[in-house]
Amino acid sequence: MSTFNLKINNKKHTVEADADTPLLWVLRDQIDLVGTKYGCGIGQCGACTVHVDGNAMRSCLLPISQAEGMRITTIEGLSEDGNHPVQQAWKEIDVPQCGYCQSGQIMTASAFLNQNSNPSNSEIRDAMHGNICRCASYNSIEKAVKVASEKIS
Amino acid sequence: MNLSKQQTFSRRSFLKTSALASGGMLISFNLFTACKSDVKPPIDISQLNFNDFNAFIKISDEGKVTIFSPNPEIGQGVKTSMPMLIAEELDVAWEDVYVEQGKLDTKNYTRQVAGGSQSIRHGWEPLRQTGATAKQMLINAAAVKWGVDASECTAKLGVITNSKGETLGYGDVVKDAALLEVPEDVTLKHPKDFTIVGNGAGNVDIDKIITGKPLFGLDYKEEGMVYASVLRPPAFGQELESFDDSKAKAIPGVIDVITIGEKVKDYYKQDEKSWTAQISASNKVAVIAKTTWDAIKGMKAIKAAWKNESPLESTENHDKILFDLLDGDVFKTRRSDGNVKKAFAQADKIIERTYEAPFLPHNCMEPMNFFANVTKDKVHLVGPIQTPEATAIAISSFLGRAIEDIQVEMTRMGGGFGRRLYSDFVFEAAEISNAIKKPVKMISTRENDMSTGVYRPSTKYRIAASIKDGKLTGYHLKEACINGNMYGLIPHFFPAGALENYQVDTTHYKSNITTGAWRAPFTNFLASAEQSFFDEIAEALGVDRVQFHMDLLEKVKQNPNPNIDYNPERLQDVIKLAVEKSHWGKTKAGTYQGFSVYYCHNTHVAEVADITMKNGLPIVEKVTCAIDCGIVVNPLGALNQAKGGVIDGVGHAMYSDFAFNQGVPQSNNFNTYQLIRMGQTPQVDVHFVKRDVAPTGLGEPTLPPVGAAVANAIYKATGKRLRKQPYINNLNLEKVIG
Ligand code: FES
Ligand code: FES
Repeated sequence: MSTFNLKINNKKHTVEADADTPLLWVLRDQIDLVGTKYGCGIGQCGACTVHVDGNAMRSCLLPISQAEGMRITTIEGLSEDGNHPVQQAWKEIDVPQCGYCQSGQIMTASAFLNQNSNPSNSEIRDAMHGNICRCASYNSIEKAVKVASEKIS
Repeated sequence: MNLSKQQTFSRRSFLKTSALASGGMLISFNLFTACKSDVKPPIDISQLNFNDFNAFIKISDEGKVTIFSPNPEIGQGVKTSMPMLIAEELDVAWEDVYVEQGKLDTKNYTRQVAGGSQSIRHGWEPLRQTGATAKQMLINAAAVKWGVDASECTAKLGVITNSKGETLGYGDVVKDAALLEVPEDVTLKHPKDFTIVGNGAGNVDIDKIITGKPLFGLDYKEEGMVYASVLRPPAFGQELESFDDSKAKAIPGVIDVITIGEKVKDYYKQDEKSWTAQISASNKVAVIAKTTWDAIKGMKAIKAAWKNESPLESTENHDKILFDLLDGDVFKTRRSDGNVKKAFAQADKIIERTYEAPFLPHNCMEPMNFFANVTKDKVHLVGPIQTPEATAIAISSFLGRAIEDIQVEMTRMGGGFGRRLYSDFVFEAAEISNAIKKPVKMISTRENDMSTGVYRPSTKYRIAASIKDGKLTGYHLKEACINGNMYGLIPHFFPAGALENYQVDTTHYKSNITTGAWRAPFTNFLASAEQSFFDEIAEALGVDRVQFHMDLLEKVKQNPNPNIDYNPERLQDVIKLAVEKSHWGKTKAGTYQGFSVYYCHNTHVAEVADITMKNGLPIVEKVTCAIDCGIVVNPLGALNQAKGGVIDGVGHAMYSDFAFNQGVPQSNNFNTYQLIRMGQTPQVDVHFVKRDVAPTGLGEPTLPPVGAAVANAIYKATGKRLRKQPYINNLNLEKVIG
């Protein structure tokens, strides 16, 4: 067990954990930020996606020891009250079915649009390919990313 | 709920109203007595036995409406569409309606199950009656206040108006309304007057989902709660022999390591066992820890030895066994019309094909998990489950506790697909909490979830058709399946009734691999097999694929058969709609189309898949889907479900494989098991047949036909008939993962 200082959603947190603990479980079990989801634990599904220094990252693969000093944003910190253009687009299109994968989808989409605010459809499909939605809400996700990009640009 | 003394009952009805001590009115209704699965709508409400209630509407003094929705939410949008029905008849603005997931009443309930796409079908009439009754009582109360006749008053959007134009809000009269007699006869709206039903309402949890609020079982926490990870046998057929937990116990966050399973063995000795208890009787090792990660790490650090208790099975043997069964003559005949034998003996030509499908795990995005807190006073269970009532009863006998002690709370579910009908994980959580006397959350890792699951059984169909004088004269379908077999009305689906000589036989092999319901049980592959086969028959007859179907259905219309479970006209209508919207036969060069049509879960669906070839690989570009599911309650939700079903169907038919070797699943996470992803997803173009009749299932019926639509399109593009799923393995391509 060691102590780690984290900066999450612009707040400082000090946690005790084993150095190999993935950020995902620290967020969920210790900091009570449960919006970041567990789906596979091996970087395959994207349910656990957070922003680390602005980039989309799989929190299930990021050991807590490496997360120190990084600027971490989770779905809870993406916007003040759900008004990020991507969140708004998700609401407008009514994307979620069961909803479980959606915070990961939103975090992937928002990081992607930060780098490419005017993507083509095939760029959207490539960018979202790493996030599994078992309910297969892919058509709506694709549409919502497009709508969000229009809001941003 | 804090109730005052006055309550108004209606014996003949299924409603009870109460004044709330906190102000406002509570309407309780017994939705699920009204909605037994064998009751066909319209339901005669007067025949209902008034007992207890499991769903509630609260109208506050401010006129705000809270609906406690009792049905588990598994992504079918039920939590949205059921309250829509109530709000429609109650006549309130949808914006003024709040929806909360109700707790399970463990005493009286019958259909608190999400599955089989039936929730809306069964709830249709009673939910509307409930809303309409409440509205009438509010009107009656206002009429008394004004001293006028109720017939002179109308209500709209939460406001009651009398003939002089005076108005009262629902909130102004709720207290009085709660004390009135419950009216027995109320008039329901005509579908054309609907303002909420038929208009897209967004998911009621949308704000919570997009901001990451706790909603799911995995998110649930309680003070003092610990986490548990369970090590289960790696192979079906194995049981725990011994284990060494020294490494696990050395992990600082690990609190304890215990053995569970004894209680399951006792439970299995009982006569009455719940069908939800698909649980291995092997002892298992549960690692209890302060955090999920510690529990998982601890579980992985256990060194266990396993012994073989029953034969370890492999896909290779299964294939041989099922083929032997199909070649043999031990079948159960599920339906037999005319004389298939004779038709085949007299045929000019016989076509016979075999279709194969693998086991499939459900892979709900949220892995199986449950919270349990077993104390002297009660057993508190919280989590995602599709069968709360059956589970409550099972756990009560499992722990030897009175049913009144069991309290089940349902969270939102990260997917169900049939997996959460079974409650193995609730048994585990309850046994752990019972042993350690602490609130505990049992969490399966993805690997555990996928490799110790309840699977869609591997199945083979052999279908034969006899042709005489250029006509289809006989049809014989044989099913060989691991464990279960098709059931109920399935043998009466199309083409039953369309052919004089028609026979359906089934046979199975009893395996130690757990199998069960998976989205659209049995039809999920049966439709693929039959609708691929029809493509081959049409080709052999030299007739147009679509016209061939239309003609067969025309024959059913001419010679009505009481013994069929589909409507030929409604099937024809979805075919016409799919043909029109897909521009069947009129696509540009390089696009190949495949057709499929099917009826299941009371819903009629026709689909056309458009594929193109890229580097020798078929790309499913688009699927046109025409549906007749009666009135569409929530078009937005319906669209989501229909599209999800189609893409799910394409994905599993194309890519998903699940094999066993010596009892061990050969895939256990998304690096070795392929689920469809964005880049492989077709655009789904959904069209509904407009029909003002009670709504039918939508969570499942768009999935079964699509596999055949894809296979038939690939045939046109490549000349290769695909009869074994997943298709990708049979296209001489490299398996693509990720
Ligand atoms: S949980 Fe991290 S990618 Fe699946
Ligand atoms: S909405 Fe259910 S997994 Fe994506």
